[in-house]
Amino acid sequence: MTMDTPATGNTRTSKASQGNLIASAGRLNDFELTDEERHEIEHEMGHYENPRAASIGALKIVQKSRGWVSDGAVIAISDVLGIPSSDIEGVATFYSLIFRQPVGRHVILVCDSSSCFLTGYDELRDAISKELGIGLGQTTGDDRFTLLPVCCLGACDRGPALMIDEDLHGPLEPGDVSALLERYT
Amino acid sequence: MTSHLFSTSTNGETHPLTYRLREDRGYVGLDEFQQKDGYEALRTTLRDLSPDDLIENMKTANLRGRGGGGFSAGTKWSLTARGDEHPRGYIVCNADEMEPGTFKDRMLMQEIPHLLIEGMILAGYANNARMGYIFLRGEYVLAAERIEQALIEAREAGILGPKVCGSDFDFDIFLHTGAGRYICGEETALINSLEGRRANPRSKPPFPGQSGAWGKPTVVNNVETLCNVPAIALHGGEWYQNLSGGRSEDGGTKLFGVSGRVKRPGLVELPMGVSGAELLDMAGGMRDGLELKTWLPGGGSTGFLLPEHLELPLDFDAIGKAGSRLGTGLMTVVAHNQSVVSLTRNLEEFFARESCGWCTPCRDGLPWSVRLLRAIEHGEGEEGDIDMLLSLARDIGPGKTFCAHAPGAAMPLETAIKHFRHEFEAGIRHQKQEAHAEPIPVGSV
Ligand SMILES: Cc1cc2nc3c(=O)[nH]c(=O)nc-3n(C[C@H](O)[C@H](O)[C@H](O)COP(=O)(O)O)c2cc1C
Ligand code: SF4
Ligand code: FES
Repeated sequence: MTMDTPATGNTRTSKASQGNLIASAGRLNDFELTDEERHEIEHEMGHYENPRAASIGALKIVQKSRGWVSDGAVIAISDVLGIPSSDIEGVATFYSLIFRQPVGRHVILVCDSSSCFLTGYDELRDAISKELGIGLGQTTGDDRFTLLPVCCLGACDRGPALMIDEDLHGPLEPGDVSALLERYT
Repeated sequence: MTSHLFSTSTNGETHPLTYRLREDRGYVGLDEFQQKDGYEALRTTLRDLSPDDLIENMKTANLRGRGGGGFSAGTKWSLTARGDEHPRGYIVCNADEMEPGTFKDRMLMQEIPHLLIEGMILAGYANNARMGYIFLRGEYVLAAERIEQALIEAREAGILGPKVCGSDFDFDIFLHTGAGRYICGEETALINSLEGRRANPRSKPPFPGQSGAWGKPTVVNNVETLCNVPAIALHGGEWYQNLSGGRSEDGGTKLFGVSGRVKRPGLVELPMGVSGAELLDMAGGMRDGLELKTWLPGGGSTGFLLPEHLELPLDFDAIGKAGSRLGTGLMTVVAHNQSVVSLTRNLEEFFARESCGWCTPCRDGLPWSVRLLRAIEHGEGEEGDIDMLLSLARDIGPGKTFCAHAPGAAMPLETAIKHFRHEFEAGIRHQKQEAHAEPIPVGSV
């Protein structure tokens, strides 16, 4: 399946997904936060002057356990924080590391900024694409990997660099790709 | 994994940012930090100096903001709304480091987060803040772990929380991690993001020092800026100003660095005013077989400079006069075989994607520049495209847009055309044939 890349970050909410959200807001929301998620979000709220400030944290909490943020999760979070679900949706669609569609088990964030561009980003990205058969913004058919571009990872001295989940790797040659990806099952 | 340092020193009077780093480059924990005079500046300041004294010190130090803007930290602090008629506000550490080519704050936070914490508490004391937030980009996972660990250690030791180090001052710090988007680094967008909103910038005035996070006085400073504060508090503003020893009016040392097509990319703490040539040497020079074509002095939003500019002192004024900006002070080095058109296209793609979309010249102008650049890159540019690019760059320049993101995008674009116009012209197609008076015979093209 494909998903929008952050390349269109400011307009990522497709009309279709807005429609879904409104439709599902009218229905009973069958999504439920786990107790643990709810506690974590409530804990997060305590760090700020008001609950709204926990909205990005709340989205990250849900995404950490479920991989992505569904329409139901948006509504459930808005209930906990006591702010409109459209505000949560506005935030969820703004930030590139919040996924409003399912992603693979592992997310590859490949830096496409200048220093990595100079040291071999194009070749690295092509090698990954060839190995996995997907382009930027896409997920492999077996839901193992999603490939996304990311801003400078602050690892320019190790360019070209990328992150897989929470691990930083670099500098990478196209020839390193296959062995590297094998470590993520 | 950590960044290579070109040289190191254990002398706190010459290398205030890095002298405590470990040889194995691991985490400097609380005990080790305190053995190396850590939190000494905080203790003596709370005992001997008033907030105004500290601000005076900061002004004398002439510490210019290390987040890229170069605004005097002392001046910023002197403008914060303080006093009984104002609520106590916030110190927000800008740890969103995403400027292409910049990898300095990561190192400080991974290896010596206590230095940042000490700087933030001192900033809180000077600005009468109640609390600090570290706004850290979400991808910096190791930095987040180390900061959390340091915060716990500091709280347990009574350095954070009520009665900081036994004084009457209370202050705590909370780590806030982001979820992507370069624009979060713009200080008012950062405040919106901290409040749980979309990261669109706010209009100024009011400046954050008057009304920032939740309407309270808020001081936003870069990680490296704040890490300089303890040494200034301990040794005085004059000492700090003199660190740059006649090389620059700007005070102090800075983390400089080199990435791109050099032999040994890395970081180094040096006085303000060191030259690009010295840094390039430290990085081992160009990789074998490559020659220097051009360089960016401090990130993607700074202007291209030429090899002849390598002799300039790296400080805010000298680099500004050469038509660029010091920015974050980390050089990106470009080799002779790199197309400047392609690199400029890459940079403008970044800025177009990272535009927050709030104002039209930036939201619509940047994607347009990318289209023109792509065409020129593929030899399909049309007559007038270069002038159109220059006019776009003017229309997104300083004062024309809601924040400094778009002017940051204009600078590499304008300077690329200024220094390498011939490369852009080479991408304009069939100039001669279109001007041809005779019909072109079929089959000749
Ligand atoms: C688009 C944009 C992105 C920015 N990103 C950062 C950043 O990642 N880190 C940072 O410290 N400053 C960044 N800045 C500069 C901040 O707006 C602000 O000037 C800085 O945090 C102030 O701190 P300083 O005076 O200590 O440098 C950015 C500015 C703009 C316009
Ligand atoms: S200049 Fe760009 S990033 Fe800044 S407010 Fe306007 S659209 Fe947003
Ligand atoms: S440009 Fe890729 S990590 Fe900085």
